[in-house]
Amino acid sequence: MFVLLFAHFIVAIAALTFLQTRPRVSAVLGIGVFVATMIATLQWGTTPNGAAVRTEKWEWLGELGLSIDLRLDSFAVMMVLIISALGALVLAYSVAYFDPDKTTARFTGLFIAFAGVMSGLVMSADLFTMFIFWELTSVLSFLLIGLNSESGVARASALRALLVTGAGGLCLLAGVALFQVEVGTTSFQELAQKGPTGTAITVAAILVLVGAFTKSAQFPFHFWLPGAMAAPTPVSAYLHSATMVKAGIVLMARMSPIFGDLDIWRWLVVLAGGITMILGGVRAMYATDAKLLLAHSTVSQLGFLGILAGIGIPGATYAAVVHLAAHAVFKAALFLSVGAVDHAVGSRDIRTLSGVGRQMPLVATLATLSAASMAGMIPLFGFATKEKALAVLLKADDTVGVVGNVALGFVVVGAVLSTAYSVRFIRGVFGTKKDCAPSRVHHAPSFLLVAPVVLLSIASVVAGIFAQQTGHLFDAVATTLSPTALGKLALWPGVNTALVVSVIVVGVGAVIGALVPFALTPRALPVTGDKVYLWLLDGIFTGSKKITKYSQNGSLHTYIVVMLSVMSAALVYSLVSDQLPHLDNVVIADSPLQLGVVVLGIVFAGVVTFTAHRFVAALLLGGVGFAIAVIFALYRAPDLALTQILVETIVLVVFLLVLRQLPSKFEPSVKGAVRTGHIALSLVVGVGVSVFALLVGNARQAPSVGEEYIARSLPEGGGNNVVNVILVDFRGVDTLGEITVLAVAALGVANLVNMARRQHRAAGDEVPQ
Amino acid sequence: MIGRRSVILTEADRWLFPVVLLVSVYITFRGHNAPGGGFIGGLIAGAAFIIRYLAGTPLTHRWHRALNPTTYIGVGLAIAVVTALVPLAYGDALLESAIWKWNVPAIGEVKVVSSSIFDLGVYFLVIGVVLLSLISLGADPIHDDEAQGEL
Repeated sequence: MFVLLFAHFIVAIAALTFLQTRPRVSAVLGIGVFVATMIATLQWGTTPNGAAVRTEKWEWLGELGLSIDLRLDSFAVMMVLIISALGALVLAYSVAYFDPDKTTARFTGLFIAFAGVMSGLVMSADLFTMFIFWELTSVLSFLLIGLNSESGVARASALRALLVTGAGGLCLLAGVALFQVEVGTTSFQELAQKGPTGTAITVAAILVLVGAFTKSAQFPFHFWLPGAMAAPTPVSAYLHSATMVKAGIVLMARMSPIFGDLDIWRWLVVLAGGITMILGGVRAMYATDAKLLLAHSTVSQLGFLGILAGIGIPGATYAAVVHLAAHAVFKAALFLSVGAVDHAVGSRDIRTLSGVGRQMPLVATLATLSAASMAGMIPLFGFATKEKALAVLLKADDTVGVVGNVALGFVVVGAVLSTAYSVRFIRGVFGTKKDCAPSRVHHAPSFLLVAPVVLLSIASVVAGIFAQQTGHLFDAVATTLSPTALGKLALWPGVNTALVVSVIVVGVGAVIGALVPFALTPRALPVTGDKVYLWLLDGIFTGSKKITKYSQNGSLHTYIVVMLSVMSAALVYSLVSDQLPHLDNVVIADSPLQLGVVVLGIVFAGVVTFTAHRFVAALLLGGVGFAIAVIFALYRAPDLALTQILVETIVLVVFLLVLRQLPSKFEPSVKGAVRTGHIALSLVVGVGVSVFALLVGNARQAPSVGEEYIARSLPEGGGNNVVNVILVDFRGVDTLGEITVLAVAALGVANLVNMARRQHRAAGDEVPQ
Repeated sequence: MIGRRSVILTEADRWLFPVVLLVSVYITFRGHNAPGGGFIGGLIAGAAFIIRYLAGTPLTHRWHRALNPTTYIGVGLAIAVVTALVPLAYGDALLESAIWKWNVPAIGEVKVVSSSIFDLGVYFLVIGVVLLSLISLGADPIHDDEAQGEL
């Protein structure tokens, strides 16, 4: 299975690099990969006797126990088939849709890469693997929505989609980590076997659910999906209706057999899904852009799928699986037909399109078939799947209680709306309007623009007519998810409650769809997801600016007080709470010379605190440094002493350079309580550090590493000077890090100074020298 | 401009500068066996530049375009990083030392340790940092600050 993913990525990289000028060649290669993937998954996923499961594992970071686990069960087979089949059709369509330029090359490469990542996502055997692919799909979706990078709208939409799904991805990651910590595994199978419970598990499950909600555009995260329609039609058809937005549904379908019994899970799923369904349906009735109408209808359908996949009833899981397939087929066909109309007429506005159906009869017929499937009309695929869903939810009351009735209510209203917007869509795009001039079809759609629509629409018809046989195909898929999730589809289920409900739903929906005018001005809602998103985004920016203003106020004085306070708190805490070592053999000084040097250093440091002149203070501090250098020399550490002397010299000169810019005297010192506080803080830090140093010297328990370094210096480091060998060999990585910091700090200082000079110059001031 | 140039310093610098630079290179390479090394060597070279700066002689002189402080820093860091990474290519650990010995006629055995090259990187980087501090914080007495601005 990895070989399939790599095939995707290799073709994708080829398309983005050396095939950049020949996107059609990459498209053909991509279609080849898709077909090969379909054949291979069918081969691996089925045996003459039924379904087979194939697993593959790739040790990624063995030391951390991280691996990429793929598991091709029947559900994954179905998803991979949908991904690859639709991928091949949409890619073929895109060849006719785009001009073969560089943007198209980028589209083709990203598209193929996306298909690979998405296949990986549905084949994931555990949550961690799924998370990796999950994030990759977010990134690729970002790049594809923003394909037209010159459009501000496209960029903003791409960013919005990325931020929303990215935030959800973080929730998912938190959930994954909680599962790993609490249960010790994130594998779907092992989670199902262990059936963990507890507060932490519930929290983890909800975090995962939030991740699924963002990806599948469930309320309150539904708003990014319509915006994603800034992408070209093939992207919308593929990512934002058929595949990527189903990732959340896939995740819910995998998890609900394990956690569907949690009340909070079930209520969240039903409420979020239900609101999404209604909201999407209503917004679709207001939409005037045909593509936006489809986007809102996708939101609505995702809500429907979310309820079915997440409610945790075996029958509903079956219905979710079949409706997922039905939706992928009819929605892709509808998107592609809108694209064909857009390509031929140059407009998607259902208020002004008129007479298109007469001029493009084939596309109109096919789109009508697919829309009928979306509306749930007999004898199409969508009818059979919706009947199944209604039948299951009508009985849900028995197993899950009141939440089942709530779900049923949402679904019935949602179904009315879905019929209504299907009718509105067909009337709007293909109908003839009396008060509009007929739209001019510039050119007949080419073969490649129509062929995918033909295939997909025929699939909806065939699957609907042979509903029973189609239904059997999904048996293994549903039982993979939940062992008891067996169901049946039927073309004619007989007269039962579900059928009666369905007839009423379709009737009411059709009437609404036929009567609602095309030019509706939606009332501005006081609160929309988009507004909340913008408000949050704005809040994060202004909030972080405020925090920065307080925490980084530019006063060195404040910084030092904060740093020393934290330091002294840590010192005092450890001195008070730790068990202190005994102080044995405290030696005041080894020699009179040493004592003299130390006293000199202390005197220098003491005088610094009283002097009013900056220059004097700098010299005295230099004196303290030289005193320390002498101490090093007395202890026969020539390298240290040498370094200390050189550093002190150079720092002193640099110090003097800086002092030229400052007043020669310190500002008058603060008075009163603040002054007392500063003195106290200084004393605590000074005394604390001294005591700490004294104690640490006496607290050694392990033997010194020095002996070992001395022994290894010549044979391994090739040098007699162990200090240097430590610096460049044993602890060479530290040195590398330190010199990097040194370089960055020096560059930072230089840039700050130059920036200040430029500002002065720009302001016409005299440039300080 | 800080006062007048001192004749004594200017003259001293003319003779000291090359000598101190030579010493700094020597200290850098002998560091493996005796006190010294790249950091100390770099600081000594930096001190040579400081004398030059205090004397009021142009710091960067003729090599201004070719070798500005950032180039020193970049070259130094590049040398250090490359020497750190090379052992990886041979399957050794990061910064693993290689020791080469040759028998050179008349001189005897010459030993070179790969970490000396690493030290050379440190040497250049430290020179660059000292130079950069001098140029950005101080004023180059001869060059106007137009030239200092372009780093």
